[in-house]
Amino acid sequence: MPKLKMPRKSTNVDMTAMCDVAFLLLTFFMLATKFKPDEPVTVVTPNSISDIPLPDNDIMLITVDPKGRIFFSVDNQNVREDIIRDVNEYKGLNLDENQVKSFKYGSSVGVPFNQLKSYLAMPGADQKEIDKTTAGIPVDTVADSELNELGAWIRIARNNNPKIRIAIKADNDATYPQVQKVIKTLEGWKIFKFNLITGLKAIPQGTAAYETSMGRGPKD
Amino acid sequence: MAEMDVSSGGGHKKGPGVKKGKKLSTRVDLTPMVDLGFLLITFFMYTTTMSKPKTMEINMPFKDENIKPEDESKIKASTALTILLSRDHRIYYYEGLGDDANNPPNVQVTYFKPKDGIRDVIINKNKKVNELKQQGALSASDKLTVLIKPDDNSTYNDLVNILDEMSINDVRIYAIVDITPVDKEFIQLTESANAGVQ
Repeated sequence: MPKLKMPRKSTNVDMTAMCDVAFLLLTFFMLATKFKPDEPVTVVTPNSISDIPLPDNDIMLITVDPKGRIFFSVDNQNVREDIIRDVNEYKGLNLDENQVKSFKYGSSVGVPFNQLKSYLAMPGADQKEIDKTTAGIPVDTVADSELNELGAWIRIARNNNPKIRIAIKADNDATYPQVQKVIKTLEGWKIFKFNLITGLKAIPQGTAAYETSMGRGPKD
Repeated sequence: MAEMDVSSGGGHKKGPGVKKGKKLSTRVDLTPMVDLGFLLITFFMYTTTMSKPKTMEINMPFKDENIKPEDESKIKASTALTILLSRDHRIYYYEGLGDDANNPPNVQVTYFKPKDGIRDVIINKNKKVNELKQQGALSASDKLTVLIKPDDNSTYNDLVNILDEMSINDVRIYAIVDITPVDKEFIQLTESANAGVQ
């Protein structure tokens, strides 16, 4: 008769498999992650039923905060460097290499050209303080006016990257005239197609868009 | 469970006096490593932006100084619905273009709401245009045209909401137009007329 002694099972669990899974997930998240871009101001965007995702790259982001201050940003760091060099030349700002780098690796800017040099010379924490109080990029309804610095930013950005797409991220409470200035500026540069960043909301039932999304509606 | 396994791996002594270095197990406790792994996963999960921001594409009417006024496309008044956005998310609307001084439009006020709001106004107007088409008053290519005129007191939220209504109701032809002084007058008149009611 064979021995019928039940071996006592150890309480130690082999962690290797779990470790494998953990690191697999870790690797996935590390590769898939795209850090939330540092935003100077909190902007609550309105919701729409549109579900077109924002393209991954070649984005120029124009942020309008609740007070109507305008911030400008471009996603690609190489393009950012080209832009700041052009701005430097165009406005004669005499930026040094460190200030160029500060712009290149920085986030949105919302200061007029004449404060740009001192702004970029500051360390990041001070820049954030300035972002809270700055008046934003000056803008006007006339696109090529000297006063319309947003127009200058847009023109320089488009010179450096003609494919760039323009996204406007404005706050719910920004008034229409403030947003209108941005739109007028874009129109002035013959940009009639751009994206508005919105949140997502459900399509109301019983409407034309709902029928279409269900595949029943009129499609032409 | 969370301790290092240092017990000798079952090596039996050869005999008394035979000293042998304690054989350490090659098994390492992986628990701290797993802990660390999951900690980092949590971190990356929180910082990551998995859902990309959604956007709404918008095409503004093409403007060119070289286009002569007579080449511009004209909107038929019977297909037009003019929507004025004003303070406190109020919406004023009237049918037609409101450019006929002798025949002032019937300006009405509504809000963004699921029932009896601006959506029903658009749907009803669309029905009207379709009826006119069936009666032959309008040609088949005519479509409901919405003119959106936000005034200085409206917010960006209103603008996006009304654009959203366009896509919700499948209105293909719409334009954001600058508000005219005449329209501002309409708003004022309606406001003062409604002052006692509201």
